[in-house]
Amino acid sequence: MEKIFARLSWLSATTLLLVLLATLYVLYIQAKPAMNEFGWQFVLDPRWGVDVIVDETGNEVHGSHDEASDVDSGGVVRLDMGDDEDAIPMEDETATGQPELAEGDLDGEAIDEEIPMEDETATGQDELAGEAKTSNIRVVYGGLVPIVGTVLSTLIAMAFAVPLAMGIAVFLSEISIDGLKTPVGVAIELLAAIPSIIYGMWGLFFFGPLVAHVFGGSSVSLLVAGLVLGVMVIPFMAALSRDAINTTPNVLKESAYAVGATRFEVVKDIIFPYARTGILGSIIISLGRALGETMAVAFVIGGVYKLAEHITDPTISIPVALANNFAESSGLSLASLYYLAFILFVVSFVIIFTAKEFLLRRSKY
Amino acid sequence: MQEAQANLCPMMEAVDFSFTYPGASKPSLKGINLPVLENRITALIGPSGCGKSTLLRSMNRIHDLYPGCRYEGAINLRCENGEVKNILEWKKENDLIRLRQKVGMIFQKPTPFPMSIYDNIAYGLKLQGIRNRSELDERVEQALRDGALWNEVKDRLKDDARGLSGGQQQRLCIARSVALRPDVLLFDEPTSALDPISTVAIEEMIMELRNRYTICIVTHNMQQAARISDYTAFMYMGELVEYGETDTIFTNPREKQTEDYITGRFG
Repeated sequence: MEKIFARLSWLSATTLLLVLLATLYVLYIQAKPAMNEFGWQFVLDPRWGVDVIVDETGNEVHGSHDEASDVDSGGVVRLDMGDDEDAIPMEDETATGQPELAEGDLDGEAIDEEIPMEDETATGQDELAGEAKTSNIRVVYGGLVPIVGTVLSTLIAMAFAVPLAMGIAVFLSEISIDGLKTPVGVAIELLAAIPSIIYGMWGLFFFGPLVAHVFGGSSVSLLVAGLVLGVMVIPFMAALSRDAINTTPNVLKESAYAVGATRFEVVKDIIFPYARTGILGSIIISLGRALGETMAVAFVIGGVYKLAEHITDPTISIPVALANNFAESSGLSLASLYYLAFILFVVSFVIIFTAKEFLLRRSKY
Repeated sequence: MQEAQANLCPMMEAVDFSFTYPGASKPSLKGINLPVLENRITALIGPSGCGKSTLLRSMNRIHDLYPGCRYEGAINLRCENGEVKNILEWKKENDLIRLRQKVGMIFQKPTPFPMSIYDNIAYGLKLQGIRNRSELDERVEQALRDGALWNEVKDRLKDDARGLSGGQQQRLCIARSVALRPDVLLFDEPTSALDPISTVAIEEMIMELRNRYTICIVTHNMQQAARISDYTAFMYMGELVEYGETDTIFTNPREKQTEDYITGRFG
């Protein structure tokens, strides 16, 4: 019996490790074509699904008229996109990518900024005759925009959520009267159970316009995405931090009061340091959730492949890029999506691992 | 009893003091009259649940952290200028903070703060408004010497206090209270979580402190009360049954109940 028990628990642990490794392996294999094609430049390349002209050796042609017009085209698209969103915010969700296509066609440029699906079907067919004669056309996928979008939206979410969640946790465990603790605590736990898509809808129809009204910009933007993410993770963070804070022994708090501390000083100097591990754990778990959140962000981030110049600009995050394009991708664009997924996996892993190592080790003192 | 007290004035004194916990229908302490004499050790003994800790915790109003407690009667504290004040009349948080700095408390379990050994001692001093680095250093060293801890920790003042042994932690907690130079030190069963050797160390320390502070100690250990205290109060069911010099209480108690308890017939 004892042996079976030991084996079973061993097996459970090993299974999880195997699943983790298998996931990483599949991501790596699927992303391999894109990795070979773009290498590490992928991470720094802000273009997604852009045709560029290459010479025989495979290098991009620099300084030519085409390169310049590529930039122009991008600029034009960007401007027009902005206008579109301001006018009809809701359409962005359903029509992601289509305005880009239309603008590109209107510009009549050889190098269009298109949605990936189009690239796949169009690669090699859609080229303008003049260009095709003299050089090869290559579609470039770069991950910079989704990566930056993910990191920034998560940072905004954390900056927004951490103070609020700590306030809630301290209120629930220290300030609130007993009669209020249970109802508010239950409400927080219920909030944590709301599916993310509901947060997305709420963000799109109510919160986004509100934020746009206050801060300007469009009602789908990096800022809205970050705030909606923040609202989403607050209940988690607050509930877990409250539990951590509640582990502080009463007698420890009493001794601090006994040397003349006020309530604020007890919270700041005794409770937070004592519950530090648990609080940091709650932040790290929420961080992981915010990094990988898809549905809520897909509703409110805008889904356009361009770097947000202002916090109120729409952009895209890795999970949203995957969700929006996965069904319609094949070949190199699919591999690029896998590359993005691989990066997200590694980034989440590294962030959570370093946060845990760094913060928790420091918290011993 | 009266003649022994004659030339000593009480540092603190409970007068017809009653205490009721929130939500309780009957008071946990009824009509307590107890003097705590200056520079003497007063021990509170009695079976579990008799209210000795409740009384002790009333004396620096730690009960007030939990709303709904009711006090009646008076607990008088003699302040620096000889003025006697009823601490139950103090309402403002600042008054309570000052009270707790005058009347320090050491708890049953060691409660090192989650910070370094140095900061544990310096914390209360900083709260008192002492910012001067050299003064802090001096006061911390003095407190640790008072706590018979200096030689053990002087090389690792920056280490986390939670890495100390249980006995060291308790001495640290005593040093932390002493650092504030209070008038009264309240000990709530300070050795019940410690091994015999640490217990002896703490007892010796309390006897040392007796010269400079007024001490009130709750203990379950009657030998401890007999060993260290000058005066003993026996409590039972929320009432003060007998108070007197420790020798008298342990050798020739007036009350039958006291005698039964001391000889181990109940409790």
